[in-house]
Amino acid sequence: MSIEIKTATLEPVRNTYANVERRFGDKPATRYQEATYDLQSEANFHYRPLWQPDLELNDPRRTAIVMQDWYAFKDPRQFYYGAYVQQRAKMQEVAESNYAFFEKRDLARFISDEVRADIIRYLVPLRHVEHTANLNNMYGTAYGFGTAITQALLFNGMDRLGMAQYLSRIGLILDGNSGDALVDAKQQWMEADIWQGLRALCEETLVTEDWFEVMVAQNLVLDALLTDLVYRQFDNKLNEQGAQDIGMLTEFMQLWNKDTSRWMDAVLKTAVAESDENRALLAQWIETWRGKAAEALAPLAEAMLGAEALAEALELLDKRIAKAGIK
Amino acid sequence: MAAKKLNIKDKYRLLTRDLDWEFSYQDHKKAFPFEEFEGIKITDWSKWEDPFRLTMDAYWKYQAEKERKLYAIFDAFAQNNGQLNISDPRYVNALKVFLTGVSPLEYQAFQGFAHTGRQFGGVGARVACQMQSIDELRHVQTQVHAMSHYNKFFDGLQDWSHMHDRVWYLSVPKSFFNDARAAGPFEFMVAIGFSFEYVLTNLLFVPFMSGAAYNGDMATVTFGFSAQSDEARHMTLGLEVIKFLLEQHEDNVPIVQKWIDKWFWRGTRLLTIVSMMMDYMLPNKVMSWKEAWEVYFEEAGGALFKDLARYGIRMPKHADLIAKEKEHVSHQAWWIFYTHGHAAGFHTWIPTDEELDWLSEKYPDTFDKYYRPRWELAKEMEAKGERFYTKALPQLCTTCQIPMGFTEMDNPTQISYRESIYKDERYHFCSDGCKEIFDEEPEKYVQSWLPVHQIFQGNCGGPDVEDVLRDYYRMNVGADNLDIKGSPDEERWKKWKGVA
Ligand SMILES: [Fe+2]
Ligand SMILES: [Fe+2]
Ligand SMILES: [Zn+2]
Repeated sequence: MSIEIKTATLEPVRNTYANVERRFGDKPATRYQEATYDLQSEANFHYRPLWQPDLELNDPRRTAIVMQDWYAFKDPRQFYYGAYVQQRAKMQEVAESNYAFFEKRDLARFISDEVRADIIRYLVPLRHVEHTANLNNMYGTAYGFGTAITQALLFNGMDRLGMAQYLSRIGLILDGNSGDALVDAKQQWMEADIWQGLRALCEETLVTEDWFEVMVAQNLVLDALLTDLVYRQFDNKLNEQGAQDIGMLTEFMQLWNKDTSRWMDAVLKTAVAESDENRALLAQWIETWRGKAAEALAPLAEAMLGAEALAEALELLDKRIAKAGIK
Repeated sequence: MAAKKLNIKDKYRLLTRDLDWEFSYQDHKKAFPFEEFEGIKITDWSKWEDPFRLTMDAYWKYQAEKERKLYAIFDAFAQNNGQLNISDPRYVNALKVFLTGVSPLEYQAFQGFAHTGRQFGGVGARVACQMQSIDELRHVQTQVHAMSHYNKFFDGLQDWSHMHDRVWYLSVPKSFFNDARAAGPFEFMVAIGFSFEYVLTNLLFVPFMSGAAYNGDMATVTFGFSAQSDEARHMTLGLEVIKFLLEQHEDNVPIVQKWIDKWFWRGTRLLTIVSMMMDYMLPNKVMSWKEAWEVYFEEAGGALFKDLARYGIRMPKHADLIAKEKEHVSHQAWWIFYTHGHAAGFHTWIPTDEELDWLSEKYPDTFDKYYRPRWELAKEMEAKGERFYTKALPQLCTTCQIPMGFTEMDNPTQISYRESIYKDERYHFCSDGCKEIFDEEPEKYVQSWLPVHQIFQGNCGGPDVEDVLRDYYRMNVGADNLDIKGSPDEERWKKWKGVA
């Protein structure tokens, strides 16, 4: 007996949703496209928000940046929810085995008291910076315009919560779960002179109103500088001091920064390419926040790494700004 | 050094709750500016009990696992043309209502919880809201992906987000969520977190998902199951919000009660669409709307409100009226759509004789008396080739935006009709509940974008209804609308199944 496998070929009526078809033509679409384009309402809102009655619920005027089409901010990583969590799950799996290995082998015992104190003084307080970044990215999620950028901001916001928690775990590993390292680090954050500039800057970002400006201040200026200072330069210093194993606990952040700056650079490029007005505005914001950040980070960078450190970080930031076509 | 063992609560506090700090350089109120204007008093955010203590690493891990399984099913569904396994092509019209009417609400939930997830002054509450925000983004995106294959083979799904912003009956769900998001952050939480997610969600999701299961729709069943553990978290958040508000200050109690009354009423009006889906649109029935209301509201909700009585919270206002309406709403709603079927983005039909008998059996006190005769008449007209469509556009309730088709419960042949005059303008309502909501905040509801008014004012193109449907709604007129009989959907189905 011969078995005939029947596979029905049914003619589809259309290849994708009409809004995707209008943008890209009548052809099969990607999951990113169907899950991203035109998801957010743009017309016929019923009521003005009581909390901001001069604007609509979804309103492009919550930033001074102007875009013809807010969906120009395509995410080069093509993250929609499913793609995002699966990518992060892979990263956390590696992180989890790193943390487990570190704890099982009790690698903390190879770290000198002096270096341990440095980690608590310089690395662990960054959990509060990550928390600020969480809020600043949620700000763009809530008040930004168009799913392309607001979903990417949400993913970023959740990442920052995750990294705040990883940094807290580093503290707990160092203090044997007593929480003392976290208390010490918070005291640093609240009281030590070297941190006050950065804390004041964090508080300032949290009261800044233009969401695109907040995004640039946080995700470009502050992140670029801190990434270089902490996850490159301070990491090198720990290596030299025999505390290279800490690198296992910050690998997540290193990978994350690569992943995210790719997205952020694309956002900047797109905004700049849109108009000279956007470019001028971005240049002005970046100059302002670069100036504030340089001032705020100076004492911290010097105490943590020495006199040259900040200049190196600023140079890298300036390269990224130039590459985005801003200067 | 032996590390001390931390319990989950302490660990979560250390990892998450202590991230916050007291501001020294800026006014904290400027960073969280919307906490006070509603009159809610929060004396101590640290009393917030985290409803679930999920760290991000665990979240990524569990959710990625769920997504992997879910998308494997979607792929298989598409590959095997899973749409051929559904009970009847009429079933897909429930999906059209879902994608155009409900999925965009998931999107608004994502936005609303992002707002509260940024605005609450307490880190525990903020983080819980953020997690719900990202879950809700998941829901809208997985729903779009689940329907993606159906969209390739059926009409009426293709322009769901464009339709949601414009089509007359879709302003009912849209305005519901716009209302909640336009409110202050605490009202949003009572509206969506508590009233919607905790009290009413089972009446939305269980019927749709069981409906999918009973009608052979693997794609929808799978995303429904996959969303269940998210929903469990959302429900605990909704309950924690209520308890937290009520425990923080006694002055919060009357405010919360007012919101519960409002959102319960608004919610039940919204669920009208589910009632008609259950009783009329599912070829294989799960249970009647009346039964669902009894199980999921009267029993479960009754126990909940008994529990909340110790805080001074009573049953929502008009719950007694809704107990009567459960006998009527689905029949009144499907009749509205049947008679306006030329202007709907999905197909309508007369129930089969078997289905009419089922309705008679499930609604012994009302169906034969009030509703069956209508359908018998519609059958006669259809048999004569005079399928009935009404020419008039319906008048809408200013609050819930449902066409004025509900009746008085002591006289179910009399349309229920209320009005208010505000600044010399007359506003119309379907019920006391909707009128009271308007009277409480007229400045808000005079803004309602009422689709029928908008058409009359020429804001939706025209001049004819068909022009509005084709140009403004972007419907494929003749394919998306009208009766299922003779529709391209039906024709294709017959071809696939090899029936004449
Ligand atoms: Fe949801
Ligand atoms: Fe939910
Ligand atoms: Zn009404």
